[in-house]
Amino acid sequence: MGLRETFLPWPVLRQARAVAGLPGAGRGDRSGRGDSARSRVTDRLQPRTSTADRVVASVCPYCAVGCGQLVYVKDERVVQIEGDPASPVSRGRLCPKGAATKQLVTNPRRQTRVRYRRPYGTDWEDLDLDTAMDMIADRVLATRDATWTDEDSQGRRVRRTMGFAALGGATLDNEENYLIKKLGTALGAVQIENQARI
Amino acid sequence: MVQGSNMAECHPVGFQWVMAAKARGATLIHVDPRLTRTGALADLHVPLRAGTDIALLGGLINYVLCNGLEFREYVVAYTNAATIIGEQFRDTEDLDGLFSGWQDDKAGYATDSWQYEGTSVASSAGKRERGTRARHDGQGRSHERQATGRGHEHGSHGAALSDLSNIRRDETLRHPRCVFQLLKRHYSRYTPEMVARVCGIPVDVFLQLARMVTDNSTRDRTTAWAYAVGWTQHTVGVQYIRAASVLQLLLGNIGRPGGGILALRGHASIQGSTDIPTLYDLLPGYLPMPHPDAHGSLDEYVADDSADTGYWGNMRAYTVSLLKAYWGEAATADNDYCFDYLPRITGDHSTYQTVKAQLDGSCKGYFLNGENPAVGSANAKAQRLGMANLDWLVVRDFALIESATWWRDGPEVESGELRPETVGTEVFFLPAAAHTEKDGSFTNTQRMLQWHHAAVDPPGDARSDLWFWFHLGRRIRAKLAGSTAERDRPILDLTWDYPTSGEHAEPSAEAVLREINGRAADGTCLSSYQQLTDDGATACGCWIYCGAYADGVNQAARRKPHTEQNWVAPEWGWAWPANRRLLYNRASADPEGRPWSERKAYVWWDEGKGRWTGHDVPDFQPTKRPDHRPPPGARREDALSGIDPFIMQADGKGWLYVPAGLSDGPVPTHYEPQESPVPNLLYGQQHNPARQTSRRTVDPYQPSGDEPGSGVFPYALTTYRLTEHHTAGGMSRWLPYLSELQPEMFCEVSPELAREAGLEHLGWATVVTAREAIEARVLVTDRMVPVRVHDRIVHQVGVPYHWGGNGLTTGDSANELTHLSLDPNVHIQETKALSCDVRPGRRPRGADRIALVEEYRRRAGITAETGTAPRTAASPGGTA
Ligand code: SF4
Repeated sequence: MGLRETFLPWPVLRQARAVAGLPGAGRGDRSGRGDSARSRVTDRLQPRTSTADRVVASVCPYCAVGCGQLVYVKDERVVQIEGDPASPVSRGRLCPKGAATKQLVTNPRRQTRVRYRRPYGTDWEDLDLDTAMDMIADRVLATRDATWTDEDSQGRRVRRTMGFAALGGATLDNEENYLIKKLGTALGAVQIENQARI
Repeated sequence: MVQGSNMAECHPVGFQWVMAAKARGATLIHVDPRLTRTGALADLHVPLRAGTDIALLGGLINYVLCNGLEFREYVVAYTNAATIIGEQFRDTEDLDGLFSGWQDDKAGYATDSWQYEGTSVASSAGKRERGTRARHDGQGRSHERQATGRGHEHGSHGAALSDLSNIRRDETLRHPRCVFQLLKRHYSRYTPEMVARVCGIPVDVFLQLARMVTDNSTRDRTTAWAYAVGWTQHTVGVQYIRAASVLQLLLGNIGRPGGGILALRGHASIQGSTDIPTLYDLLPGYLPMPHPDAHGSLDEYVADDSADTGYWGNMRAYTVSLLKAYWGEAATADNDYCFDYLPRITGDHSTYQTVKAQLDGSCKGYFLNGENPAVGSANAKAQRLGMANLDWLVVRDFALIESATWWRDGPEVESGELRPETVGTEVFFLPAAAHTEKDGSFTNTQRMLQWHHAAVDPPGDARSDLWFWFHLGRRIRAKLAGSTAERDRPILDLTWDYPTSGEHAEPSAEAVLREINGRAADGTCLSSYQQLTDDGATACGCWIYCGAYADGVNQAARRKPHTEQNWVAPEWGWAWPANRRLLYNRASADPEGRPWSERKAYVWWDEGKGRWTGHDVPDFQPTKRPDHRPPPGARREDALSGIDPFIMQADGKGWLYVPAGLSDGPVPTHYEPQESPVPNLLYGQQHNPARQTSRRTVDPYQPSGDEPGSGVFPYALTTYRLTEHHTAGGMSRWLPYLSELQPEMFCEVSPELAREAGLEHLGWATVVTAREAIEARVLVTDRMVPVRVHDRIVHQVGVPYHWGGNGLTTGDSANELTHLSLDPNVHIQETKALSCDVRPGRRPRGADRIALVEEYRRRAGITAETGTAPRTAASPGGTA
């Protein structure tokens, strides 16, 4: 192990050399906070944005300003989300919410399993997604059958069900809203609403 | 001008452009009860009493009209200022705060007397009033329209007018019944002194504000107004925006660059979920949901709701194309394109009515798709008790939000009102995919669609809503296969065959966007709504989005850097309609088609090329000359002249006065909020008479003004958002960063109020209304200013509404305090202006909390009737 690899990289030495203006120190680093402060660990660090496998164009999911985002993916995981400098809306900027988006999508507190609470139950139970989907389809059809109305009390043709409702859509995609309204309308459900009314 | 919005904190990155404008010399004014970062960065911050914006805007309108400051040439040519109103009309000036047509028995207006002179009762709604269907007399119909929320039906296009050529106009604006004179009279009492007494804005500040606005509204300069839910969440919310429209039209600030009234919307795609609505009264593209009285067939529907003139005259093509998108081959000319498959609405079926239906037990199932009504909707207790009465509830979200767990740990469990063992609701929680885990488009607040691409697969059971609704529909269709029941035909005939991919069979979002965009008979993608036909040859899921997939290319996914295109940036995303970035931009040129000034040039007539041109896509027929005048009897857009910029309106004019389409009056008028610490100083009529009240024990109202008991709730209360949290918290209260930045529920009070109520900075306060008591940390700050209004000082309390019991940061919800009194046009609740009491210390726990609120109700003498009378007893107006 030579001298250079042992003591010379010590920040305090490098700083002293820089202050003294000796060769080998970071040039012009009189405050000792520039090159002098680098370590081998720092030298090996690379921004996640440069080591990502791919960059995916996206949009902030919070408010309706619609700031552009770039999603950095490595090993099929989101490793960073940054503002997109190309966006005429945001020119790369994000506010605290937009800047926290990576935590939103990689949050270990996210619930990733179906939870089920039976009537009068006191706790959650496990349920597999396929069964849950089937049960929900059954509930929709049973409620629809039980509450179907061809004509209302004034004899007007309404062909609908007022037995179930949906709320939500403002945080979803246009394509998702389209399917909710389309399926709801075909089922005869009219109480389909979202935050835009709130 | 930012009013009804705290843009710097709620739309921070959008606000950078306001700051950029300011750096270039623009003046910024913020009108808001609180001094926030928006006000701090403004040239002028004007505090006002929450709930009085119409009084201020009315004051500005009066200032413009009294001083002759209107943009005369614009007003005469582009608005209905010159139009003469029928003789039967009576204004609030005549009836002490009511308009003609008020019906006590219906608690609503018959709007016949509001019409233009010379047009037969003109609105599409009016046609119904004339009794084309004989079921009801005219007055009954009008009330019913209000009750069904059908005042909203003209939301995107204004009412139809018959016989444009019969409209009488006086372009000197002197006729006593022309709209201009009518406005003058209506707003004559909105003097600077009255503004001071109602809003608490000193006369000199008002005059300074008025001068700043009018000096900056000329040929050379334009003023923009930005608002958010600070304007919409009122019992007279639609009229707030109308008041701004009147003022901005008078000043010539609509359709011009740097002008406009800008709605700052709070969710990534709340604009999209209005355009492609998950709303009860609309079909995609603002087509109304049909009503059984007038819409038995497609022909009746179109005849009833389309306009003969203006672009809305093409409504049949838009409707038939939608029905073809929904029902494909099954929709034919012979079966009215399956028009009968559409369910009918017969009343207000909005979300707050759904809650009442849940409480009544008639609504038994509920899907929550990324919404948390137990925190985010008004009267949170009513929301939870409604859910406790369901058979089943499906919650799709990222985390176990309060709307998923109220049955085990909600406030009613704490108070003993609910026990899990007695709640029969079956709850399914299904985890949702994030935007990084699915393809799709958001429509931002500028009507711009932007595509986001899936970056990774969703974890565990998490799925997109596209996946959920597609596969739910697929399962339902499979279960109904072979059914011969007539009611099942719409499901079985539905086009529901989107291609899927991947291990989870994720449906293709691009295929859905292609369907929304529309296709021609040969299957190619359409590029413009002008290609839509009413003969079944075209299919289009949302006519205003036609062109989003033009040339078979996902236009929403375009991302040409702003550095490589002009300042309008037309090649970033895609804006509806037709990629226009500024609506009604024909108004940016003078009647001859020349820019009003070089500085404000945007779209203009190019005589050499014989067409409109400019920086943006012209919002006008491209080759219609400025001097074009339509022949008598012309229809649809061809009925509009070369000087009619407002092409969706039947007369092509900006409406200063609305002859039909609104439930609560043709001209904005100040009424006090449902709950107000002061009487209405402008009229005997205290509240918006047409507002909706719930009349339920779970939703009691407080006395107002000088009514006995109102002193029990002496302070004004307003709710708001913080930069670091998002609405009901589902996307923020589970995040460590954001929870650390805003760790606790608080209330903001002035030092004066803190002294009066005995509150200590950083101590606890209990805020009480007739609904509930909540606790919050106290933030004593001189950013909250007591306002001098009427003969008293009114203190104001501010509460953010993000908190609930779950997540990393927890606290009481502001919506425990709020009530279900609604705007009659759009059924939005009044959560921006209420009254309350504040006391030091934490709230009582358990049953004691209920006892405290009951004691307040007793002291205030609250009964089921309190605050529910539509018309104020002393007001004589209803006898007219
Ligand atoms: S980064 Fe902030 S301002 Fe931009 S869209 Fe997201 S929430 Fe809105």
